[in-house]
Amino acid sequence: MNAIFSRGPLLGLRLLLAVLCSVGLMMVDRYTERSTQLRSFLTSAVSPLFYVASLPETLLSGATEQFMSHQRLLDENARLKETLLRQNGQLQLLGYLQQENSKLRALLGSAPLTDGQRLVAEVLAVYSHPFSHQVVLNKGSNDGVTEHQPLIDESGVVGQIVSVGPTSSRALLISDNTHALSVRAERTGIRTVAEGLGQWDLLRVIHLPQSADIREGDRLLTSGLDGLFPEGYPVAVVSRVQKDESQPFMTVYATPYAQLDRIRHVLLLWPGARLDDVLSPEEPN
Amino acid sequence: MRRSNGLGFIYLSLLVALLLTVMPMPQQVKLFRPDWALLVVLYWTMALPGRVNILTAFVLGFLTDVLVGTVLGVNALAFSVVTFIVAVNYLKIRNFSVIQQALLLGLFLALYHLLLFWLSHFLTGVYFLPAYLWPVLTGMLVWPWLFWLLRRYRRQFKIQ
Repeated sequence: MNAIFSRGPLLGLRLLLAVLCSVGLMMVDRYTERSTQLRSFLTSAVSPLFYVASLPETLLSGATEQFMSHQRLLDENARLKETLLRQNGQLQLLGYLQQENSKLRALLGSAPLTDGQRLVAEVLAVYSHPFSHQVVLNKGSNDGVTEHQPLIDESGVVGQIVSVGPTSSRALLISDNTHALSVRAERTGIRTVAEGLGQWDLLRVIHLPQSADIREGDRLLTSGLDGLFPEGYPVAVVSRVQKDESQPFMTVYATPYAQLDRIRHVLLLWPGARLDDVLSPEEPN
Repeated sequence: MRRSNGLGFIYLSLLVALLLTVMPMPQQVKLFRPDWALLVVLYWTMALPGRVNILTAFVLGFLTDVLVGTVLGVNALAFSVVTFIVAVNYLKIRNFSVIQQALLLGLFLALYHLLLFWLSHFLTGVYFLPAYLWPVLTGMLVWPWLFWLLRRYRRQFKIQ
Protein backbone atom coordinates (compact mmCIF):
# COMPACT_ATOMS: atom_id res chain seq x y z
CA MET A 1 0.00 0.00 0.00
CA ASN A 2 2.98 2.23 0.51
CA ALA A 3 3.41 2.24 -3.21
CA ILE A 4 0.09 4.01 -3.65
CA PHE A 5 0.95 6.87 -1.30
CA SER A 6 4.30 7.51 -2.89
CA ARG A 7 2.84 7.46 -6.38
CA GLY A 8 1.62 11.04 -6.61
CA PRO A 9 4.89 12.99 -6.79
CA LEU A 10 6.60 10.05 -8.47
CA LEU A 11 4.15 10.16 -11.36
CA GLY A 12 4.63 13.89 -11.79
CA LEU A 13 8.37 13.42 -11.87
CA ARG A 14 8.03 10.67 -14.44
CA LEU A 15 5.79 12.82 -16.58
CA LEU A 16 8.30 15.64 -16.40
CA LEU A 17 11.08 13.27 -17.47
CA ALA A 18 8.98 11.86 -20.29
CA VAL A 19 8.06 15.33 -21.54
CA LEU A 20 11.68 16.46 -21.41
CA CYS A 21 12.82 13.35 -23.29
CA SER A 22 10.11 13.83 -25.91
CA VAL A 23 10.95 17.47 -26.44
CA GLY A 24 14.62 16.52 -26.76
CA LEU A 25 13.74 13.87 -29.33
CA MET A 26 11.61 16.34 -31.29
CA MET A 27 14.41 18.86 -31.39
CA VAL A 28 16.96 16.25 -32.45
CA ASP A 29 14.63 14.89 -35.11
CA ARG A 30 13.54 18.22 -36.48
CA TYR A 31 16.57 20.43 -36.27
CA THR A 32 19.66 18.26 -36.58
CA GLU A 33 21.22 16.30 -39.41
CA ARG A 34 21.76 13.25 -37.24
CA SER A 35 18.10 12.28 -37.37
CA THR A 36 18.33 10.63 -40.80
CA GLN A 37 20.87 8.14 -39.48
CA LEU A 38 18.85 7.62 -36.34
CA ARG A 39 15.70 7.08 -38.35
CA SER A 40 17.41 4.64 -40.69
CA PHE A 41 18.62 2.63 -37.73
CA LEU A 42 15.20 2.65 -36.10
CA THR A 43 13.47 1.73 -39.36
CA SER A 44 15.66 -1.32 -39.71
CA ALA A 45 15.09 -2.22 -36.06
CA VAL A 46 11.31 -2.26 -36.42
CA SER A 47 11.11 -3.66 -39.95
CA PRO A 48 10.15 -7.18 -38.74
CA LEU A 49 6.99 -5.61 -37.34
CA PHE A 50 6.04 -4.36 -40.78
CA TYR A 51 6.59 -7.79 -42.27
CA VAL A 52 4.39 -9.39 -39.62
CA ALA A 53 1.71 -6.72 -39.92
CA SER A 54 1.40 -7.15 -43.67
CA LEU A 55 1.26 -10.94 -43.32
CA PRO A 56 -2.56 -11.23 -43.22
CA GLU A 57 -2.89 -9.16 -46.37
CA THR A 58 -0.18 -11.14 -48.14
CA LEU A 59 -1.85 -14.40 -47.16
CA LEU A 60 -5.23 -13.11 -48.24
CA SER A 61 -4.06 -11.96 -51.64
CA GLY A 62 -2.11 -15.22 -52.00
CA ALA A 63 -5.27 -17.18 -51.27
CA THR A 64 -7.25 -15.12 -53.78
CA GLU A 65 -4.68 -15.98 -56.41
CA GLN A 66 -4.83 -19.64 -55.45
CA PHE A 67 -8.56 -19.80 -55.90
CA MET A 68 -8.69 -17.74 -59.05
CA SER A 69 -10.32 -19.82 -61.71
CA HIS A 70 -8.38 -21.26 -64.60
CA GLN A 71 -10.40 -19.26 -67.10
CA ARG A 72 -9.71 -15.97 -65.35
CA LEU A 73 -6.01 -16.72 -65.23
CA LEU A 74 -6.02 -17.44 -68.94
CA ASP A 75 -7.89 -14.19 -69.61
CA GLU A 76 -5.48 -12.23 -67.50
CA ASN A 77 -2.54 -13.88 -69.19
CA ALA A 78 -3.89 -13.01 -72.63
CA ARG A 79 -4.51 -9.43 -71.57
CA LEU A 80 -1.03 -9.05 -70.12
CA LYS A 81 0.55 -10.50 -73.26
CA GLU A 82 -1.36 -8.02 -75.35
CA THR A 83 -0.23 -5.12 -73.16
CA LEU A 84 3.35 -6.34 -73.29
CA LEU A 85 3.23 -6.55 -77.08
CA ARG A 86 1.78 -3.08 -77.40
CA GLN A 87 4.28 -1.56 -75.00
CA ASN A 88 7.20 -3.34 -76.63
CA GLY A 89 6.10 -1.82 -79.91
CA GLN A 90 6.09 1.60 -78.30
CA LEU A 91 9.48 0.91 -76.73
CA GLN A 92 11.03 0.25 -80.15
CA LEU A 93 9.91 3.68 -81.24
CA LEU A 94 11.10 5.14 -77.95
CA GLY A 95 14.55 3.61 -78.41
CA TYR A 96 14.83 5.26 -81.79
CA LEU A 97 13.60 8.59 -80.45
CA GLN A 98 16.00 8.42 -77.51
CA GLN A 99 18.90 7.84 -79.85
CA GLU A 100 17.80 10.73 -82.01
CA ASN A 101 17.30 12.93 -78.97
CA SER A 102 20.77 12.22 -77.57
CA LYS A 103 22.29 12.96 -81.00
CA LEU A 104 20.45 16.25 -81.16
CA ARG A 105 21.46 17.09 -77.62
CA ALA A 106 25.06 16.26 -78.46
CA LEU A 107 24.78 18.62 -81.44
CA LEU A 108 23.45 21.32 -79.18
CA GLY A 109 26.20 20.65 -76.70
CA SER A 110 23.85 20.04 -73.78
CA ALA A 111 24.01 17.23 -71.27
CA PRO A 112 22.39 14.01 -72.46
CA LEU A 113 19.43 12.65 -70.54
CA THR A 114 20.49 9.51 -68.77
CA ASP A 115 18.23 6.60 -68.22
CA GLY A 116 19.52 4.96 -65.07
CA GLN A 117 18.91 1.65 -63.43
CA ARG A 118 15.51 0.73 -62.00
CA LEU A 119 14.21 -1.57 -59.34
CA VAL A 120 10.68 -2.65 -58.49
CA ALA A 121 9.80 -2.44 -54.82
CA GLU A 122 6.66 -3.52 -53.02
CA VAL A 123 4.91 -1.39 -50.44
CA LEU A 124 5.00 -3.10 -47.06
CA ALA A 125 3.08 -0.58 -45.06
CA VAL A 126 1.31 2.66 -45.80
CA TYR A 127 0.72 4.75 -42.83
CA SER A 128 -2.30 6.87 -43.18
CA HIS A 129 -1.55 9.37 -40.52
CA PRO A 130 -2.59 12.69 -42.01
CA PHE A 131 0.55 14.28 -40.61
CA SER A 132 2.92 11.91 -42.31
CA HIS A 133 2.34 10.49 -45.75
CA GLN A 134 4.96 7.81 -45.86
CA VAL A 135 5.24 4.27 -47.09
CA VAL A 136 7.62 1.49 -46.12
CA LEU A 137 9.18 -0.45 -48.99
CA ASN A 138 10.58 -3.97 -48.97
CA LYS A 139 13.91 -2.95 -50.48
CA GLY A 140 16.80 -1.55 -48.47
CA SER A 141 20.50 -0.84 -48.55
CA ASN A 142 21.14 -4.51 -49.40
CA ASP A 143 19.51 -3.81 -52.75
CA GLY A 144 21.45 -0.61 -53.23
CA VAL A 145 18.73 1.79 -52.15
CA THR A 146 20.05 5.15 -50.98
CA GLU A 147 18.51 8.20 -49.34
CA HIS A 148 16.80 10.83 -51.52
CA GLN A 149 16.22 8.35 -54.27
CA PRO A 150 13.21 9.18 -56.48
CA LEU A 151 10.25 6.86 -56.67
CA ILE A 152 7.66 6.53 -59.45
CA ASP A 153 4.80 4.24 -60.32
CA GLU A 154 3.13 3.50 -63.64
CA SER A 155 1.30 6.81 -63.76
CA GLY A 156 3.63 9.37 -62.21
CA VAL A 157 6.02 10.49 -59.51
CA VAL A 158 5.32 9.01 -56.07
CA GLY A 159 7.95 10.40 -53.73
CA GLN A 160 11.47 9.93 -52.45
CA ILE A 161 13.32 7.71 -50.01
CA VAL A 162 14.01 9.35 -46.65
CA SER A 163 15.56 6.59 -44.59
CA VAL A 164 17.08 3.24 -45.43
CA GLY A 165 17.48 0.05 -43.44
CA PRO A 166 19.15 -3.14 -44.67
CA THR A 167 15.95 -4.80 -45.87
CA SER A 168 13.40 -2.01 -45.85
CA SER A 169 13.26 1.68 -46.48
CA ARG A 170 10.88 4.54 -45.85
CA ALA A 171 9.67 6.87 -48.55
CA LEU A 172 8.09 10.28 -48.24
CA LEU A 173 5.21 10.82 -50.67
CA ILE A 174 4.78 13.99 -52.69
CA SER A 175 1.52 14.64 -50.87
CA ASP A 176 3.21 14.93 -47.47
CA ASN A 177 3.13 18.46 -46.21
CA THR A 178 6.87 18.55 -45.68
CA HIS A 179 7.53 17.60 -49.29
CA ALA A 180 7.93 19.88 -52.29
CA LEU A 181 9.42 19.31 -55.72
CA SER A 182 10.31 21.42 -58.69
CA VAL A 183 7.92 21.06 -61.64
CA ARG A 184 7.42 22.53 -65.07
CA ALA A 185 4.11 23.04 -66.87
CA GLU A 186 4.20 21.03 -70.07
CA ARG A 187 2.21 23.47 -72.19
CA THR A 188 3.96 26.71 -71.29
CA GLY A 189 7.21 25.60 -69.69
CA ILE A 190 6.64 27.69 -66.55
CA ARG A 191 8.79 26.41 -63.72
CA THR A 192 7.27 26.28 -60.28
CA VAL A 193 7.14 24.25 -57.10
CA ALA A 194 4.46 21.74 -56.13
CA GLU A 195 4.14 21.15 -52.41
CA GLY A 196 2.13 18.56 -50.52
CA LEU A 197 -0.76 19.52 -48.27
CA GLY A 198 -1.25 16.33 -46.29
CA GLN A 199 -4.13 15.31 -48.55
CA TRP A 200 -3.89 12.30 -50.80
CA ASP A 201 -5.29 13.87 -53.93
CA LEU A 202 -4.12 17.46 -53.75
CA LEU A 203 -0.89 19.38 -54.23
CA ARG A 204 -0.46 23.13 -54.09
CA VAL A 205 1.47 24.90 -56.82
CA ILE A 206 3.14 27.88 -55.19
CA HIS A 207 4.76 31.18 -56.13
CA LEU A 208 2.95 31.67 -59.42
CA PRO A 209 2.41 35.38 -60.16
CA GLN A 210 -1.03 36.57 -61.27
CA SER A 211 0.19 36.98 -64.83
CA ALA A 212 1.44 33.40 -65.16
CA ASP A 213 -0.14 31.41 -67.96
CA ILE A 214 -1.56 28.36 -66.29
CA ARG A 215 -4.99 26.83 -66.60
CA GLU A 216 -6.93 23.82 -65.46
CA GLY A 217 -5.82 20.63 -67.17
CA ASP A 218 -2.20 21.66 -67.57
CA ARG A 219 0.19 18.76 -67.06
CA LEU A 220 3.00 19.33 -64.57
CA LEU A 221 6.23 17.40 -65.18
CA THR A 222 9.36 17.20 -63.08
CA SER A 223 11.80 19.88 -64.14
CA GLY A 224 14.96 18.17 -62.87
CA LEU A 225 16.04 21.43 -61.26
CA ASP A 226 15.84 20.07 -57.73
CA GLY A 227 18.70 17.73 -58.62
CA LEU A 228 16.74 14.83 -57.22
CA PHE A 229 13.96 13.89 -59.59
CA PRO A 230 15.03 13.22 -63.17
CA GLU A 231 13.45 15.49 -65.74
CA GLY A 232 10.24 14.80 -67.59
CA TYR A 233 8.23 12.50 -65.34
CA PRO A 234 4.55 13.41 -64.94
CA VAL A 235 3.68 14.69 -61.46
CA ALA A 236 0.19 16.15 -61.42
CA VAL A 237 -2.52 17.81 -63.43
CA VAL A 238 -3.73 21.30 -62.53
CA SER A 239 -7.20 20.94 -61.09
CA ARG A 240 -8.11 24.40 -59.80
CA VAL A 241 -6.88 27.90 -60.48
CA GLN A 242 -8.07 30.81 -58.34
CA LYS A 243 -7.11 34.33 -59.26
CA ASP A 244 -7.51 36.91 -56.55
CA GLU A 245 -6.03 40.27 -57.54
CA SER A 246 -5.52 41.27 -53.92
CA GLN A 247 -3.04 38.43 -53.42
CA PRO A 248 0.50 38.51 -54.76
CA PHE A 249 0.29 34.94 -56.07
CA MET A 250 -2.34 32.78 -57.67
CA THR A 251 -3.80 29.88 -55.73
CA VAL A 252 -3.32 26.80 -57.87
CA TYR A 253 -4.09 23.23 -56.90
CA ALA A 254 -3.11 20.09 -58.76
CA THR A 255 -4.07 16.42 -58.54
CA PRO A 256 -1.18 13.92 -58.57
CA TYR A 257 -1.18 11.35 -61.35
CA ALA A 258 -0.02 8.58 -59.06
CA GLN A 259 -2.83 7.14 -56.98
CA LEU A 260 -0.99 7.74 -53.75
CA ASP A 261 -3.62 6.15 -51.56
CA ARG A 262 -3.51 2.77 -53.29
CA ILE A 263 0.06 2.16 -54.38
CA ARG A 264 1.26 -1.44 -54.16
CA HIS A 265 4.36 -1.47 -56.35
CA VAL A 266 6.74 1.36 -57.08
CA LEU A 267 9.78 1.80 -59.27
CA LEU A 268 12.99 3.05 -57.67
CA LEU A 269 15.09 5.17 -59.99
CA TRP A 270 18.82 5.69 -60.08
CA PRO A 271 19.00 8.84 -62.13
CA GLY A 272 22.52 7.85 -63.19
CA ALA A 273 26.00 9.17 -62.56
CA ARG A 274 25.94 11.54 -65.54
CA LEU A 275 23.31 13.70 -63.89
CA ASP A 276 25.47 14.06 -60.78
CA ASP A 277 28.38 15.14 -62.96
CA VAL A 278 26.19 17.82 -64.43
CA LEU A 279 24.99 19.04 -61.07
CA SER A 280 28.14 18.93 -58.97
CA PRO A 281 29.85 22.04 -60.45
CA GLU A 282 27.00 24.12 -59.05
CA GLU A 283 27.58 23.10 -55.46
CA PRO A 284 30.48 25.43 -54.55
CA ASN A 285 28.33 28.47 -55.18
CA MET B 1 8.37 -13.81 -8.31
CA ARG B 2 4.63 -13.38 -7.91
CA ARG B 3 4.97 -9.66 -8.52
CA SER B 4 6.21 -10.10 -12.05
CA ASN B 5 3.30 -12.34 -12.92
CA GLY B 6 2.36 -12.16 -16.58
CA LEU B 7 4.48 -9.21 -17.59
CA GLY B 8 5.13 -11.01 -20.86
CA PHE B 9 1.39 -11.15 -21.56
CA ILE B 10 1.11 -7.38 -21.12
CA TYR B 11 3.92 -6.84 -23.59
CA LEU B 12 2.29 -9.31 -25.96
CA SER B 13 -0.95 -7.31 -25.97
CA LEU B 14 1.00 -4.10 -26.54
CA LEU B 15 2.83 -5.72 -29.44
CA VAL B 16 -0.47 -6.77 -31.01
CA ALA B 17 -1.74 -3.21 -30.61
CA LEU B 18 1.32 -1.90 -32.45
CA LEU B 19 0.76 -4.43 -35.23
CA LEU B 20 -2.84 -3.27 -35.57
CA THR B 21 -1.55 0.29 -35.81
CA VAL B 22 0.55 -0.44 -38.89
CA MET B 23 -1.54 -3.15 -40.52
CA PRO B 24 -2.19 -2.22 -44.17
CA MET B 25 -5.81 -1.30 -44.83
CA PRO B 26 -7.85 0.42 -47.51
CA GLN B 27 -7.59 4.18 -47.40
CA GLN B 28 -11.26 4.74 -46.55
CA VAL B 29 -11.06 2.45 -43.52
CA LYS B 30 -7.76 3.84 -42.33
CA LEU B 31 -9.13 7.27 -41.53
CA PHE B 32 -11.30 5.61 -38.90
CA ARG B 33 -8.62 3.43 -37.38
CA PRO B 34 -8.75 3.69 -33.57
CA ASP B 35 -5.53 4.44 -31.71
CA TRP B 36 -5.04 0.84 -30.62
CA ALA B 37 -1.71 1.33 -28.90
CA LEU B 38 -2.97 4.20 -26.75
CA LEU B 39 -6.21 2.39 -25.86
CA VAL B 40 -4.36 -0.72 -24.74
CA VAL B 41 -1.85 1.28 -22.68
CA LEU B 42 -4.72 3.15 -21.03
CA TYR B 43 -6.44 -0.11 -20.16
CA TRP B 44 -3.34 -1.50 -18.48
CA THR B 45 -2.74 1.79 -16.67
CA MET B 46 -6.25 1.60 -15.30
CA ALA B 47 -6.06 -2.07 -14.38
CA LEU B 48 -2.48 -2.30 -13.10
CA PRO B 49 -1.19 1.22 -12.51
CA GLY B 50 1.80 -0.12 -10.58
CA ARG B 51 2.99 -2.12 -13.56
CA VAL B 52 2.13 -0.04 -16.57
CA ASN B 53 2.41 3.70 -16.42
CA ILE B 54 4.25 6.59 -17.94
CA LEU B 55 7.45 4.75 -18.81
CA THR B 56 5.58 2.10 -20.79
CA ALA B 57 3.45 4.79 -22.43
CA PHE B 58 6.54 6.76 -23.37
CA VAL B 59 8.26 3.74 -24.91
CA LEU B 60 5.13 2.72 -26.79
CA GLY B 61 4.57 6.26 -28.01
CA PHE B 62 8.15 6.37 -29.20
CA LEU B 63 7.67 3.09 -31.06
CA THR B 64 4.51 4.50 -32.61
CA ASP B 65 6.50 7.51 -33.76
CA VAL B 66 9.05 5.24 -35.38
CA LEU B 67 6.41 3.05 -36.98
CA VAL B 68 4.16 5.76 -38.36
CA GLY B 69 6.82 8.28 -39.27
CA THR B 70 5.65 11.28 -37.26
CA VAL B 71 8.36 13.51 -35.82
CA LEU B 72 10.11 11.47 -33.12
CA GLY B 73 8.78 12.26 -29.67
CA VAL B 74 5.40 13.66 -30.68
CA ASN B 75 3.45 10.51 -29.94
CA ALA B 76 5.71 9.76 -26.98
CA LEU B 77 4.77 13.07 -25.37
CA ALA B 78 1.05 12.75 -26.12
CA PHE B 79 0.95 9.17 -24.83
CA SER B 80 2.78 10.17 -21.64
CA VAL B 81 0.46 13.09 -20.89
CA VAL B 82 -2.76 11.13 -21.42
CA THR B 83 -1.42 8.17 -19.43
CA PHE B 84 -0.43 10.52 -16.62
CA ILE B 85 -4.01 11.79 -16.35
CA VAL B 86 -5.38 8.25 -16.26
CA ALA B 87 -2.71 7.04 -13.81
CA VAL B 88 -3.51 9.85 -11.36
CA ASN B 89 -7.25 9.23 -11.52
CA TYR B 90 -7.33 5.47 -12.04
CA LEU B 91 -9.33 4.79 -8.88
CA LYS B 92 -12.12 7.11 -9.98
CA ILE B 93 -12.15 5.94 -13.57
CA ARG B 94 -12.29 2.30 -12.51
CA ASN B 95 -15.56 2.91 -10.68
CA PHE B 96 -17.31 4.30 -13.74
CA SER B 97 -19.49 2.10 -15.89
CA VAL B 98 -18.04 1.07 -19.21
CA ILE B 99 -20.21 3.59 -21.07
CA GLN B 100 -19.07 6.44 -18.82
CA GLN B 101 -15.50 5.28 -19.29
CA ALA B 102 -15.97 5.37 -23.03
CA LEU B 103 -17.26 8.95 -22.88
CA LEU B 104 -14.38 10.00 -20.66
CA LEU B 105 -11.97 8.24 -22.96
CA GLY B 106 -13.38 10.27 -25.82
CA LEU B 107 -12.16 13.36 -23.98
CA PHE B 108 -8.72 11.83 -23.47
CA LEU B 109 -8.50 10.78 -27.11
CA ALA B 110 -9.51 14.26 -28.22
CA LEU B 111 -6.78 15.68 -25.99
CA TYR B 112 -4.31 13.21 -27.49
CA HIS B 113 -5.21 14.21 -31.04
CA LEU B 114 -5.10 17.90 -30.24
CA LEU B 115 -1.67 17.52 -28.64
CA LEU B 116 -0.51 15.58 -31.66
CA PHE B 117 -1.85 18.22 -33.98
CA TRP B 118 -0.42 21.16 -32.07
CA LEU B 119 3.04 19.64 -31.88
CA SER B 120 3.00 18.59 -35.52
CA HIS B 121 1.74 22.03 -36.45
CA PHE B 122 4.63 23.72 -34.68
CA LEU B 123 7.19 21.29 -36.05
CA THR B 124 6.09 20.63 -39.61
CA GLY B 125 3.19 23.02 -40.20
CA VAL B 126 0.37 20.56 -40.91
CA TYR B 127 -3.12 21.81 -41.69
CA PHE B 128 -6.10 20.78 -39.65
CA LEU B 129 -8.94 18.79 -41.16
CA PRO B 130 -11.97 17.76 -39.07
CA ALA B 131 -11.56 14.24 -40.47
CA TYR B 132 -8.48 13.83 -38.25
CA LEU B 133 -10.81 13.48 -35.29
CA TRP B 134 -12.60 10.34 -36.50
CA PRO B 135 -10.37 8.05 -34.40
CA VAL B 136 -11.79 9.75 -31.29
CA LEU B 137 -15.26 8.50 -32.17
CA THR B 138 -14.17 5.04 -33.26
CA GLY B 139 -11.99 4.78 -30.17
CA MET B 140 -15.01 5.48 -27.98
CA LEU B 141 -17.08 2.90 -29.85
CA VAL B 142 -14.34 0.29 -29.60
CA TRP B 143 -13.59 0.86 -25.91
CA PRO B 144 -16.37 -1.30 -24.35
CA TRP B 145 -15.37 -4.30 -26.48
CA LEU B 146 -11.68 -3.77 -25.93
CA PHE B 147 -12.24 -3.37 -22.19
CA TRP B 148 -14.20 -6.61 -22.05
CA LEU B 149 -11.66 -8.47 -24.17
CA LEU B 150 -8.63 -7.27 -22.21
CA ARG B 151 -10.31 -7.99 -18.87
CA ARG B 152 -10.98 -11.54 -19.96
CA TYR B 153 -7.40 -11.76 -21.20
CA ARG B 154 -6.11 -10.44 -17.88
CA ARG B 155 -8.20 -12.87 -15.82
CA GLN B 156 -7.49 -15.80 -18.09
CA PHE B 157 -3.74 -15.46 -17.67
CA LYS B 158 -3.99 -14.12 -14.11
CA ILE B 159 -1.94 -11.07 -14.91
CA GLN B 160 -1.51 -8.87 -11.85
